[in-house]
Amino acid sequence: MDSTIFLIQLLNAVQYGLLLFLVASGLTLIFGIMGVINLAHGSFYMLGAYLAWSLSEHFGSLWLAIASGVVLTVAFGMVLEWLLFRRLYQRDHLYQVLLTYGLILIFEELRSILWGDDVHGVRVPEVLSASISLTDTLSYPVYRLWMSGVCIAIAVVLYFVIQKTRLGMMIRAGASNREMAQALGVNIGLVYRVVFALGVALAAFAGMIAAPVSSVFPGMGNQILIICFVVVVIGGIGSIKGAMVAALLIGLADTFGKVIDLEIGGVRLLPELSAMSVYLLMAVVLLLRPEGLFGRRQG
Amino acid sequence: MNLSRPAVAALLAGLLLLVSLPFLADTFYVQFATKVLIMAIFAMSLNLLVGYTGLVSLGHAAFFGVAGYILALTTPQYEAASFWLSLALSVCGVALLALLIGAFVLRTAGIYFIMVTLAFAQMLYYLFHDTGIAGGSDGIYIYVRPVADIAGWRPFDLDNVLHLYFMVLVLFACVMILLRTIMRSPFGHVLSGIRVNEHRMRALGFATFRYKLVCFVIAGALAGLAGYLSALQFGVVNPNMLGWHLSGSALMMVILGGMGTLTGPVLGAAAIMALELGFQSVTKHWQLLMGTVIVLVALMMPRGLVGLVAVPRRAQDDDDD
Repeated sequence: MDSTIFLIQLLNAVQYGLLLFLVASGLTLIFGIMGVINLAHGSFYMLGAYLAWSLSEHFGSLWLAIASGVVLTVAFGMVLEWLLFRRLYQRDHLYQVLLTYGLILIFEELRSILWGDDVHGVRVPEVLSASISLTDTLSYPVYRLWMSGVCIAIAVVLYFVIQKTRLGMMIRAGASNREMAQALGVNIGLVYRVVFALGVALAAFAGMIAAPVSSVFPGMGNQILIICFVVVVIGGIGSIKGAMVAALLIGLADTFGKVIDLEIGGVRLLPELSAMSVYLLMAVVLLLRPEGLFGRRQG
Repeated sequence: MNLSRPAVAALLAGLLLLVSLPFLADTFYVQFATKVLIMAIFAMSLNLLVGYTGLVSLGHAAFFGVAGYILALTTPQYEAASFWLSLALSVCGVALLALLIGAFVLRTAGIYFIMVTLAFAQMLYYLFHDTGIAGGSDGIYIYVRPVADIAGWRPFDLDNVLHLYFMVLVLFACVMILLRTIMRSPFGHVLSGIRVNEHRMRALGFATFRYKLVCFVIAGALAGLAGYLSALQFGVVNPNMLGWHLSGSALMMVILGGMGTLTGPVLGAAAIMALELGFQSVTKHWQLLMGTVIVLVALMMPRGLVGLVAVPRRAQDDDDD
């Protein structure tokens, strides 16, 4: 593999990893803070992508679609929390799994009714449609670089909000001891609602910016959900830092697993088989550190 | 603790109904009942994990599907495989797989366990879906059903709908008796203890990991039995057999019926499949209705159908976390 191709793959790997981070961070926040396992998280990613497609057809601009889409999904997250998820906090994980599994079925069918089952493409905005040429034949699209930049910016803001602001303090307090935080005057119900809406919006936003690259198709939510579970398991539940490290690791393992032809003892492994590298990584982490790289040790 | 008189009566009535069904209903319903019994075996195997031992697995379909694939891959293209041999091969193969996967996933607990079982199952899903080893996303057909010959003598013919139904019914009854025996044995009591309070069981000197692993292997092997029968009935296997939709609906069967009870998963399987059949005849967006039912059950019926009629079991109240 020559160095230009290597560079392109590396950029792809980082960009994919950062996108995974956006989805997984919402998932891990909801796990870590509210103790809720949310299988429907992938559906929010899908929702974002479909909103980006239908709204940008409507407005004629991806920017307007993203702006209005974020507002819509935050509101959606709040309503969903108020209607369903707040009833789950004190319940066994089993019922959380069941309820969110039911939601997946509902969201998939609503998607099918509202938007149909076709695959759609979303056009990259004019400003970012250029490519940077690396050699005579190879180039790298500016849009993908922009995506990575946006993801990094969001990661920094997220870190700042959680570590340095009053809201972040309340979130951390609620995560470590719900009752105590409540007794000290934190409106924990409101904090949970904000965190949930934030998680929904992060996943949906990831879907929106990914739409021009990955296209918009049924089942896209479930695909990313499983990978995000792997990210959360490797990184450790509730750890934003862990989610970032694990997402990048997965991005690298997945991208390079697909492009490198492994030859062991003269037998060529299929690229599809090396795509399982992601799961092998998870198995290794489970063997060495069952609680994840940055997770707290379980009782 | 012996069965109460009404319970014995209900059980006998159920058995009588199942035995007489083929003589009352037409072929479509016999086939449907066969399918329900197979799913009931699958749901009971999951119940051993979820309801009795407190291990919420979201990847149980992996064992169901892999057993089907073992049958499909070991059947010669135009000849029949031996029923006995292929059954043993499928169930043992899946038990080995469960041992391997269990050794990894049981290192975790709680939310991690749910996610990791799902992830391993999806790994197998993509293995069969994306590679050419078994027909990719289309799956493979089993053109010739296995034959149950023993030294030239054929006790039953699997191409015959009635024979197949009764064969499945017998296996179903065996699984039910086996699970009842397990749960009444000292081993079963340890499993219940693990569900209620694993720390305490460990403090009492039980090597809980080993107990959970054995339980995981038994549950996997029984799921494999169900998957084998399903592949045999429909003559086709595809990656959806190991997908998480199947794992999810099995979980739904267990909870809707009433987890931690012997008959709960059976009722749940029958209810879910009847609902599926009904919804599918109403609209092609039937998953919307199914999803709504699932959400409502999760919110309002923690004890399931069995909980509606039976006295709640005290053990179910313990919310160990």
